[in-house]
Amino acid sequence: MAKDMLKGNVAIAEAAVRAGCEAYFGYPITPQTELLEHMSVRMVELGRAFLQAESEVAAINMVYGAASAGARVMTSSSSPGFSLMQEGLSYIAASDVPAVIVDVMRGGPGLGNILPSQADYFQVTRSAGHGDYHPIVLAPASVQEAIDFTVLAFDLADAYRHLVIVAADGLIGQMMEPAELPEMRPLRARPPWAITGANGRAKNVISSFNLQASEQEAYNLKLQDRLAVIREREQRSFEHHAEDVDLLVVGYGSSGRIAYTAVEEARARGLNVGLFRPQTLYPFPERRLRQLAKTARALLVVEMNAGQMLEDVKLFVPDRPVAFYGRMGGVVPMPDEILTAIEAQMTSLAPVGA
Amino acid sequence: MLLEPTTHDLELIYERPEALADTQTHYCPGCTHGVAHRLLAEAIDELGLREKTILVAPVGCSVFANQYFDIDGCVAAHGRAPAMATGVKRVQPDNLVVTYQGDGDLASIGMAEIVHAAARGEHITTIFVNNAIYGMTGGQMAPTSIIGQKTTSSPLGRDPRLTGAPIRVSEMLSTLDGAAYVVRRSLHDVKNIRKAKKAILTALKVQMAGIGFSMVELLSSCPTNWGITPVEALEWIESDMIPTFPLGDFKISDAVKSLETR
Repeated sequence: MAKDMLKGNVAIAEAAVRAGCEAYFGYPITPQTELLEHMSVRMVELGRAFLQAESEVAAINMVYGAASAGARVMTSSSSPGFSLMQEGLSYIAASDVPAVIVDVMRGGPGLGNILPSQADYFQVTRSAGHGDYHPIVLAPASVQEAIDFTVLAFDLADAYRHLVIVAADGLIGQMMEPAELPEMRPLRARPPWAITGANGRAKNVISSFNLQASEQEAYNLKLQDRLAVIREREQRSFEHHAEDVDLLVVGYGSSGRIAYTAVEEARARGLNVGLFRPQTLYPFPERRLRQLAKTARALLVVEMNAGQMLEDVKLFVPDRPVAFYGRMGGVVPMPDEILTAIEAQMTSLAPVGA
Repeated sequence: MLLEPTTHDLELIYERPEALADTQTHYCPGCTHGVAHRLLAEAIDELGLREKTILVAPVGCSVFANQYFDIDGCVAAHGRAPAMATGVKRVQPDNLVVTYQGDGDLASIGMAEIVHAAARGEHITTIFVNNAIYGMTGGQMAPTSIIGQKTTSSPLGRDPRLTGAPIRVSEMLSTLDGAAYVVRRSLHDVKNIRKAKKAILTALKVQMAGIGFSMVELLSSCPTNWGITPVEALEWIESDMIPTFPLGDFKISDAVKSLETR
């Protein structure tokens, strides 16, 4: 298939349609509204379910309902709206039903603004709601990755009966670039656990409720086992000249992409610098990062927040100095800012053998 | 001389509906949730819809409702049953989708969800159990608690100067075009229970005919949290609740009228 000039939000929506998304429920919020608008056309013309809900609270609970009925279902929002979905996300996670949520992150906290940010890293990776769980979190750095990760999100959600979040930022949602959409897939059949009417079988009940502490703990242990499998199998990352470097720059999504340009420029100036870009924020791609960190002398984390992934990097790489460069509140760092941060770190590293 | 047993002559005239599970409920003595469950189950059976029904349970005393019905179902977050039911119905349009909600769930935390489900004419049916109190958490004031009603969070009686007056949900929803059938019934005596059963049957038929949103509000008893006996509780419904929540038909759309005369 040929590449098309696509806006990130629209590309995610069309990728979802082609991945067999059967239902979409959402609420308008900048900078993701084009996603909802595209769905309002495409889902309806394909005879699938589209509904603009009365709130993000309602939207996520509609998702919960459609997911319980076994349909491939998605919602999308941006940071303040994503906050409103926390309750529903926790119920979905605790009911073992698959669902895909897109968070096109914007500047916060509070109402903040409508500009690109990565300040939801804690919120998406740590629990996205009350209770002990983590969603699977995919962080695209281009429109093409936004497409690929949306399709992957549906497949991972189904494979693990788990919540999957595509954590894009406002830059990915709003920018246009050439990308290739996947072929249209047929809708998949409803799984046997779905609530579709107890027709010729025992009844199915979808619930996150259990008053018996021992049974609820047993459920939690099962959930933790699943997360262990997810951590084992689903770590994904992109790297560029990341082996045997003096300084390893770590960034995801838009900041990872901007850091790529800075790393290229630094290398052109003769600095031994590489890039490691996590594509899954949960599970954090710690296995590969630890390997690379063995030969790196120091790390520089770049994010569009005050240093959130920074905590994960420090957790998994405790024996190397980890510096940080971040911009907040919707400010997108320029490559030369990151280059300056790279050069400062390289200067502070003592010459080898000194 | 003992008479020979003549079981072969007996006719079974009252049994557990197929839509009910063969189990005991956790409801308190004198609570009318059990009556409401049975009426819903009977109506589902009579329409032959057991295998097509999906029951969305709420948070509150009826959070265990799925255990008491032998039908598919799920448990919504507090107040979100109409939204969850919307998600189910939009991908399972041929199923009968029913929410079963109490007054704290529906009229307080879930007010936005029920209003918008009704406004959309969502093809779901809501059984709204109004007992004027939060039962599961131990008897706090509900949005439907009546003026002067003593609860654990209004120990001196509900004071309208502080907490306003009870919300009449059926009257409110009846103003919405999408609401096709909205009625209030009571479970305090046999006559009214029979009327409630008929209303539930109509509400389910409205959904299956694709007419619009349907809701039956049921005035129900909560002797435990009202602090009175089961018999007194039934009397209190008649003496104190019905004056605040008059029984009646608040919305019967023309399409529903023609359905009823068919």
